[in-house]
Amino acid sequence: MFQLIANIGKYMSMILAVFSKPEKGSVFRARLFEEIDFIGINSIIIVALMSVFMGGVIALQTASNMDSPWLPEYTIGYITRSSTILEFSPTIICLILAGKVGSNVASEIGTMKTTEQIDALEIMGVNSLGYLVLPKIMGAVIFFPILIVFSMGLSLVGGWLAVLLSGLASTETYVFGIRSFFEVGDITYALVKTVVFAFLIVSIASYYGYYTKVGAVEVGKSATKAVVSSSIAILISNFFLTQMFLL
Amino acid sequence: MIEVRGVNKTFADNHVLHDINTKFEKGKVNLIIGQSGSGKSVLAKCMVGLHRPETGMILYEGENFTDMDHKERVNIRKEIGMLFQGSALFDSMTVEQNVMFPLTMFTTMTKKEKLDRVNFCLERVNLDGKNDLYPAECSGGMQKRIGIARAISMNPKYLFCDEPNSGLDPLTAIVIDNLIKEITYEFDTTTIVITHDMNSVIEIGDNILFIHQGRNWWEGNSKGILTTDNKEISEFVYASDFMKEIRTMMKEKRQ
Repeated sequence: MFQLIANIGKYMSMILAVFSKPEKGSVFRARLFEEIDFIGINSIIIVALMSVFMGGVIALQTASNMDSPWLPEYTIGYITRSSTILEFSPTIICLILAGKVGSNVASEIGTMKTTEQIDALEIMGVNSLGYLVLPKIMGAVIFFPILIVFSMGLSLVGGWLAVLLSGLASTETYVFGIRSFFEVGDITYALVKTVVFAFLIVSIASYYGYYTKVGAVEVGKSATKAVVSSSIAILISNFFLTQMFLL
Repeated sequence: MIEVRGVNKTFADNHVLHDINTKFEKGKVNLIIGQSGSGKSVLAKCMVGLHRPETGMILYEGENFTDMDHKERVNIRKEIGMLFQGSALFDSMTVEQNVMFPLTMFTTMTKKEKLDRVNFCLERVNLDGKNDLYPAECSGGMQKRIGIARAISMNPKYLFCDEPNSGLDPLTAIVIDNLIKEITYEFDTTTIVITHDMNSVIEIGDNILFIHQGRNWWEGNSKGILTTDNKEISEFVYASDFMKEIRTMMKEKRQ
């Protein structure tokens, strides 16, 4: 328990140092674009694959569980859209990204720590946390919502392909279901969740990377801790955000 | 000049540095030597601000570095160049980007001015034309030389070298030693080298500080260290049979 409180305190002081003014605006912008490419653009393919197939599975599962004749066919589109927007895209995709991006960030910063690259930055007079971590957090916070909107679209396409190829519903009925009872607030809720998750994934991974102890084994341990901790943080914060926005 | 006054450093129950007092002179190669675990790297890290001593102070040209706030420290750190034991080059950057990094962060130089400075530094360490290589594509000796080029890119007043010869063959080690010596005299830097390489001690040690069990045990120069009767230094310097033979020959010559 004491260790947990100590870790939270250390994490908070790291966040304060991260958000100090960058040394040079032009360097920060260049680093930001690098990180958007590294964290965001490089994740497009896995997000696309996951989204298309998960959208298809949601549509098929919904169709296969519709036993009652009273349920209209457009329910398939409606359920696919709701599941995708409310949970699948923001939460499940972010859990996948916690594995991909979180381990990547923790091991990158951890290796820099063990090879004294972070000490080199500090001795030069560079705020290492600001230089390394701030562009990563900002890159994720900016680009993850774009990835999630992309994921929502592809999931719906995946669902449509599934119902079309299996003949469970017509395109018109599926699209009608997607458009039924739509609320813009659901998108807002999903994007707010994504921003929070993006911040948690990258900041927690950076924390474990930055405070890695010396040794290759420790870098591996930090990457594992980063993925586990950020996944837990996503699930807990998802519960509270759902309480706040939907109830 | 850098002055160390009454520095004590502990890690939990381990008292690593005991009341260290010394001065490192400008334009000279100042060596900190001692056995592994004697506290020499901890002293160097206290001097550059990576560790904070419990008591005592580090003075850069008379200014107390230990009590400075972050902003003041940054100003001193911009005047420090450091060569790390493992070179600590940024592996995602090319040689050119590594050497250019401090210039990009802290100067308003144009791209051409920065490139000219990078090329000058690379030429100075005999690596001209290697701009586009990545650190992983360079040998250990080349990586050390890139580290030196990066360390001198900002024209530092103070140059710290942490075990610059570790992992290098004897010939390359001599090249690195000579480079450190030449740069010190050429740019009039206050150079501090942490080493336990006896060749470096004899070849480049203008001033030598011997640390033993975290204490300032002996100070002198490269000639003095070979002739001193201090037991701990003799054990350190003449640890190998080869060096013991040399000591016998020296004694015979003197007689």
